[in-house]
Amino acid sequence: MTSASASTSTSTATGSPVLEVRDLRVDYGLGAAAVRAITDASLTLHRGEVLGLAGESGSGKSTLAYALTRLLRAPGVITGGEVLFHANGPDGGSSGGSGAGRGGGSAPMDLLAATAADLRRIRWSQLAVVFQSAMHALNPVARVDAQLTDALKAHRAGMTGDQRRERAVELLRMVGISEDRLRSYPHELSGGMRQRVMIAMALALEPQVVIMDEPTTALDVVTQREIIEELMQLKERLGFAIVFITHDLSLLIELADRIAIMYGGRIVEQADSQTLFRAPRHPYSLGLLNSFPSLHGERVRMEGIPGSPPSLSTLPSGCSFHPRCPYAMDRCREEVPVLRSPTGETGDRTAACWLQDGQQTVPADLSLTAAPPPPTAAAAPGSAAASTPASAPAPAPVDRSLL
Amino acid sequence: MTTEIEGRVVHGPKRTGVPALEARGLTKHFPVHNGIRRSAQYVHAVDDISIALPEGTVTAVVGESGSGKSTLARLLVQLITPTSGELLLDGEPVGSGSRARRDYTSQVHLVLQDPFSSLNAVHTVRYHLERPLKLHRRPGSAKELDELAKALLERVALSPADRYIDTYPHELSGGQRQRVAIARGLAVEPRVLLADEPVSMLDVSIRLGVLNLLDELRERERLAVLYVTHDIASARYLADTVVVMYAGQVVESGPALQITGSPAHPYTQLLLSAAPDPQRPDSVVLRGRGAPPSLVDPPDGCRFNPRCPFAMDVCRTSTPPALPVGDDQVAACWLHSPDHRSAPAATP
Repeated sequence: MTSASASTSTSTATGSPVLEVRDLRVDYGLGAAAVRAITDASLTLHRGEVLGLAGESGSGKSTLAYALTRLLRAPGVITGGEVLFHANGPDGGSSGGSGAGRGGGSAPMDLLAATAADLRRIRWSQLAVVFQSAMHALNPVARVDAQLTDALKAHRAGMTGDQRRERAVELLRMVGISEDRLRSYPHELSGGMRQRVMIAMALALEPQVVIMDEPTTALDVVTQREIIEELMQLKERLGFAIVFITHDLSLLIELADRIAIMYGGRIVEQADSQTLFRAPRHPYSLGLLNSFPSLHGERVRMEGIPGSPPSLSTLPSGCSFHPRCPYAMDRCREEVPVLRSPTGETGDRTAACWLQDGQQTVPADLSLTAAPPPPTAAAAPGSAAASTPASAPAPAPVDRSLL
Repeated sequence: MTTEIEGRVVHGPKRTGVPALEARGLTKHFPVHNGIRRSAQYVHAVDDISIALPEGTVTAVVGESGSGKSTLARLLVQLITPTSGELLLDGEPVGSGSRARRDYTSQVHLVLQDPFSSLNAVHTVRYHLERPLKLHRRPGSAKELDELAKALLERVALSPADRYIDTYPHELSGGQRQRVAIARGLAVEPRVLLADEPVSMLDVSIRLGVLNLLDELRERERLAVLYVTHDIASARYLADTVVVMYAGQVVESGPALQITGSPAHPYTQLLLSAAPDPQRPDSVVLRGRGAPPSLVDPPDGCRFNPRCPFAMDVCRTSTPPALPVGDDQVAACWLHSPDHRSAPAATP
């Protein structure tokens, strides 16, 4: 592909934001009957980064993925916020792609305000999605090659049939499938191969962002591991960024650079994955980490989290985690905690918990320090983070390189 | 973890006395249908498995999809008839008559994976619990029936029972539903509880609650529990013994911590290296990529040999026996036979 040089230039620009979600709100239904599925979610995805989104069923993680790609179906309604997509880095990767992202130049594009034509241009070529159930996402009556070349036909008008076929072979080879599978139907492939075809399709136009909604949940562990390895190699080579959505936090810690934890439609904690693993700040994150039995050390009895996840239509008052929280205080029942940096900490980690507001002693389990303290230069900590819940945009120090 | 009876290696926790349930040489070959006709081919779903479940123990069966672990559970509960092999309940061979069958179902019970479909949506919790009580326990009065049903809910920590007894499945969360399914299993006062992936459909934060419940039932009521799972970390958490299955056969078994700490079979090593593990010190090295073989025409010799990084000539020709590799640990792998230890030893 001609854009090979462009993709290397984007991968060197690791660190600049490629997708910014600000105060996104999503309802299911309208008027009085509406159920709020996502409340004020803010995320920033940087170039070449893997952002993990973890949560249980009903936490809103899939809704978030659908909303930010504008794929949300009725009765889902986006009622607020913005999703900014930086088509080509601010550093001006000018000749990027094959003319696809020309429209906006380097100005970010608000996907929530984009027209259908804008969306059509950007989807797949810049922003691709891999869905959970490959069996349902692939067309059962079309052969693999037809499905692979379809996107090329729509977005790369200049390509001939032979070139498209060649590209399809290249894509399959990229995900470890031999070209004699081109003429197969989806039902003739194993679950792992179908998911690989899905990934190949998503990468067909060398997008900058790939959103993956539980891409390996239905697969066996060995297949899951193989696909994730391939995915990470492809990411290194092609330089795209990934939003990886899953309920399996233990997997996410291994593969993601940063993790956002969702509960009851809100992001309750955000941190880089090792920090989250070693030093969680929200009781829900802690409980979730304690729900995965370890493969090492003594066998100790673990308790998980008492109770069960709330239904979005009957969310508890205040912090929606308070009925299950061992540390709940009166304030938690009344006021919704704000997502912000825990008191006394710098860096780009945030938690939505009243325990972290500096007015009481934090339980020991929630005030651990991550083993290797990130070498954050004294970046002005306070001002921006304290005032607004939109904590993501301002602080972006350079400490990501240590990962 | 193995006892040897008449030259046969029996997997499962080693305890003195007669195991509550024992299977000898259990085999199931499903005929392959070609259109409407039966062909001469068979799916070798479970091949020659001997397993003993003593009371008060948890045995975990771990494997990928298609390894035959669910078929094994269904064979043990007599939902499907084995091609060959026999079952022994308290050391007595299980008869085939309808009375023997009823007796068996009141001793051995299976809890299924999906509590959303294993409970009947149009019936209350009370109905689900009272039906087996009426059939197997024959209580004298309606009051006694009610008390028995409520006692069952208390046993699975759904208390106060009055709050749950007249609810419908859709009013309960996944974890609560699975508890009802387990309570229904306990209604017949079984001695053996088989659980086929009982937590894989549940939310992560409530899985441990159900696993802990199984552990309490083992401890308090001396049940023999078989825990079928694909999640080796949860098997390590819950089980006394882990039995690893691959392509219809047991490839390794032993005490849970030993299996995860020093796996001896290359397949167990592969499974462990693929499992998510945030504490993993180094990056993952997968040895033995690919997929399990077709069970219609399984490979000769060791069924893992096409994927095995250590495969030797002997692996392609003869099936390895279960060889001792540590305290109560056996692995069906030629690498552990003194005659064939030429290749680099399989290290975890």
